Amino acid sequence: MSVRALPLLFLNLGGEMLYILDQRLRAQNIPGDKARRVLHDIILTMFNKSFIEELLKPQELYSKKALRTIYDRLAHASIMKLNQASMDKLYDLMTMALKYQVLLCPRPKDVLLVTFNHLDTIKGLIQDNPALLHLVDETLRQLIEVYGGLSAGEFQLIRQTLLTFFQDLHIRVSLFLKDKVQNSNGRFVLPVSGPVPWGIEVPGLIRMFDNKGEEVRRVEFPHGGNYVTAPKEGSFEVYGDRVLKLGTNMYSVNRPVETHTSGTSKNLSSQAQQSIAPNPLAKEELNFLAKLMGGMEIKKTSGPEPGFRLNLFTTDEEEEQAALTRPEELSHEVVNIQATQDQQRNQELARIMGEFEVMDQPRWSASKGDDLLAMMDEL
Amino acid sequence: MVAADSEGPSDPGVRMFRRQRSIPLRGSAAALSNNLSVLQLPVCNLTHFGVVHGPSAQLLSVAPEGVPLAQRQLHAKEGAGVSSPLITQVHWCALPFRVLLVLTSHRGIQMYESDGSVMVYWHALDSRDASPVQAMFARGIASCGHFICVGMWSGRVLVFDIPAKGPNIVLSEELAGHPTSVTDIASEPAQEQDCMADVVTADDSGLLCVWRSGPEFKLLTRIPGFGVPCTSVQLWKGIAAVGYGNGQVRLYETSTGALHVQINAHARAICALDLAPEVGKLLSAAEDTFVHIWKLSKRTESGCTEPSLPQVEHCHGECVPDTQVCGARFCDPSGSSFAVTGYDLAEILTFSSE
Repeated sequence: MSVRALPLLFLNLGGEMLYILDQRLRAQNIPGDKARRVLHDIILTMFNKSFIEELLKPQELYSKKALRTIYDRLAHASIMKLNQASMDKLYDLMTMALKYQVLLCPRPKDVLLVTFNHLDTIKGLIQDNPALLHLVDETLRQLIEVYGGLSAGEFQLIRQTLLTFFQDLHIRVSLFLKDKVQNSNGRFVLPVSGPVPWGIEVPGLIRMFDNKGEEVRRVEFPHGGNYVTAPKEGSFEVYGDRVLKLGTNMYSVNRPVETHTSGTSKNLSSQAQQSIAPNPLAKEELNFLAKLMGGMEIKKTSGPEPGFRLNLFTTDEEEEQAALTRPEELSHEVVNIQATQDQQRNQELARIMGEFEVMDQPRWSASKGDDLLAMMDEL
Repeated sequence: MVAADSEGPSDPGVRMFRRQRSIPLRGSAAALSNNLSVLQLPVCNLTHFGVVHGPSAQLLSVAPEGVPLAQRQLHAKEGAGVSSPLITQVHWCALPFRVLLVLTSHRGIQMYESDGSVMVYWHALDSRDASPVQAMFARGIASCGHFICVGMWSGRVLVFDIPAKGPNIVLSEELAGHPTSVTDIASEPAQEQDCMADVVTADDSGLLCVWRSGPEFKLLTRIPGFGVPCTSVQLWKGIAAVGYGNGQVRLYETSTGALHVQINAHARAICALDLAPEVGKLLSAAEDTFVHIWKLSKRTESGCTEPSLPQVEHCHGECVPDTQVCGARFCDPSGSSFAVTGYDLAEILTFSSE
C-alpha cells in the first residue's frame, strides 16, 4: 500500500543476510581475506549509488518472487555460491528475523531505527574500507532525507505494508524458539510488559474535563499489562544511540547461526507432533558448514580466485533432494511424522521449501524489476 | 493476565466474558485498522462477519454458537495499474430500506448486495489525482440516512446517494475538509435534541471533521489533531469517541469540539472502536493485544444549562495473547458479546458474557 516500504524491506533483509553469512564464515574459520572479500563484494553491490537511488524512488513493494531473485543475485555478487535449496533456507531466516523486528517495533517509525541498526552494524564490518563506509553513510543520509519528514500516519502505512508482505509466514527458527520470542506454533510472542513506546503514556488512567477544559476527575482502571514509561528516544541522525535493540546482530560467537528452520502446518495435531519429535536437522546444523568449508581445497592460482559453494544442508544429496521435492504451491498439508529419519527430513525439507513460496501475482511490471537486476549485473 | 474487571457499578451479566468457539477463516486477517465488520440479523438469528485478507475479503454467515453456515470471498476489482490491488476495508452499511456491503481498495469502491452476491456499483479512483509519492486508496466507510460516505487517500470524502433498491447509485458530493488521508468515518441517526451533527470523519493527522448530512453536507466543527493519526471513530449521542495511534481514546462533544475525556487506554495504536449504542457501550481494541469495554454516559453539571458532560467507566479488559488485534466488533445490541480479528490469525475469536 505504501510506496515507501521497499527500501526499508530491502536494506533490512540485506542486513540480516550479511549477519548470517558473516557469522557462518567466521565460525567455520574461513580465511579472513576470503570472508572479507565476500562481505565487501556483497555490500558494494547492495549500496551501489545508482541502485540505491532507484530503490528510494516511490514505488510499490515487489512480489516475494522478485525480492528473492534480487537476493539470489546479491548473494552471488562475490566468489561464494549457494545452490537454490541453500538460498531458500538463508532467505527463510532473513524473512522471519525481519518479520519479528517489524512486528515488535514499539512505534511504526521505529522501523527506521531498525534500519539504522542494520546499517550501523554493516559499517562495523567494513571499518577498513573508507570507500565502502562512505557509500553506506551516503545511504543513511538519503534515508534520513526521504523518511525524516514522513508523518506518523505514513509510517503506520509502511508498517502495514511490510506486515502484509510477511503475512502467513510461520517458519520456526531455533534461535527464536530458544529465546522464547517465538512460540512452537510459529507465532511471535507479543509482551504486555516493559517500556511503552516513546510518545505513548502508560495505560490505566481516565481523565475527565468540564466544559471549560478544567480537569475535574481522575480515575484509574486495570489495564491488564505491566508497563513502565519509555526511558529515552532513539536517534534518527547519521550517528547516534538508537536505543532500540531490534535490528542489531543477534548472532555471535556464543550464539551461532542456527540455520535450522521448520515449517508449521495449519493442522493442530501435526503441530503437537512437531514440538515433541526431535528434529534431526537441529542436531546436524552446527556441523554442516564446518564439514563443507573444512573439506574444501583452497587453491592459490594466478587467475581469478576460485569460488566456493555454501551448503546449508548436511550433504549435497540432501540439498539436491530438497530442490527436487520443492512443491509448486504453498503447501498446507498435514505432514505425518514417519518412522525413518530420512523420510522425516525430506518431508520437512519439502515443507520448508513449500512453506514460504507463494504464487503471487507479480506486483511489478517486468520492466521495472528487470532494470534493477540489469543494474546489478553490470556491477 | 487474561481479563481485568473494574469495580464499577453493578451491571449484572455483562462483566465476565468467556472465550467462545472461534470461527475459522479461509485466509488470515490483514494488518489493517477496522478489519472486522459485523452485520447482526436477529430476525433470522444469523450474524455476518467480514474480514479483509489482502487482495480478497471473506464474508461469513454464522449461526448461534458460532456455527459457520456459508462463506464467500470477494476480490478487489483489478482496474488500471500494474500490481494486484489490496482491499483496505469491508463494511456493511445499513440504510433505511436496504443493507449494502461496501468494499474499498487501492483501485476504487465496490458496493454489493448485503450477502455479497451481486455487485451493484463500482467507482474507480481517479488516476488523474494520483500523486507519485503517495499510494491511492479508498478507506473509511459509513452510512448516514440514505447516503454512504467513503474516504480517500487525498483526504476527500465521497458521498453516494443510494436509492431504496437497484443499482442507480449516484455520487452526490465530494467533501473537502481533510489535508491527509481519511482513516475512518462514523455516523449516527440524527438526534431529536438540538445536536445536528450526524457524521464524523477522521484522518491520518488526527483531525476530525463534524458534519450534518443532507443533499449538501455542512461542516459544523473541526477538532484539531495533535500529530497522531486517528485510527478509528464512533459517534454516540453527539459524542465523538476517537481512537488514536498513541493508544489514547478521547471523547469530544461534537457541538463544541471540547475534549471531555482522555483515556490512556492502550500501549500501542488503537485499531478499532465499536459501539453498542442502545446501552452506551464502547469497545476499544489495539495492537497491544488488549480489548477494553467501556460504559459511556452523559451527566449534566448541576445548575448548568450547557451540554451534559460525557462520562466513561471501564467495564472489562481482555487480553488476546500474542495477537496484534486488527479488528473488533460487538456481536449483539446489548454489547454482551464481541468478536476479534488479529493479524496473521486465520480465525475470528469470539467472547460472550452470557
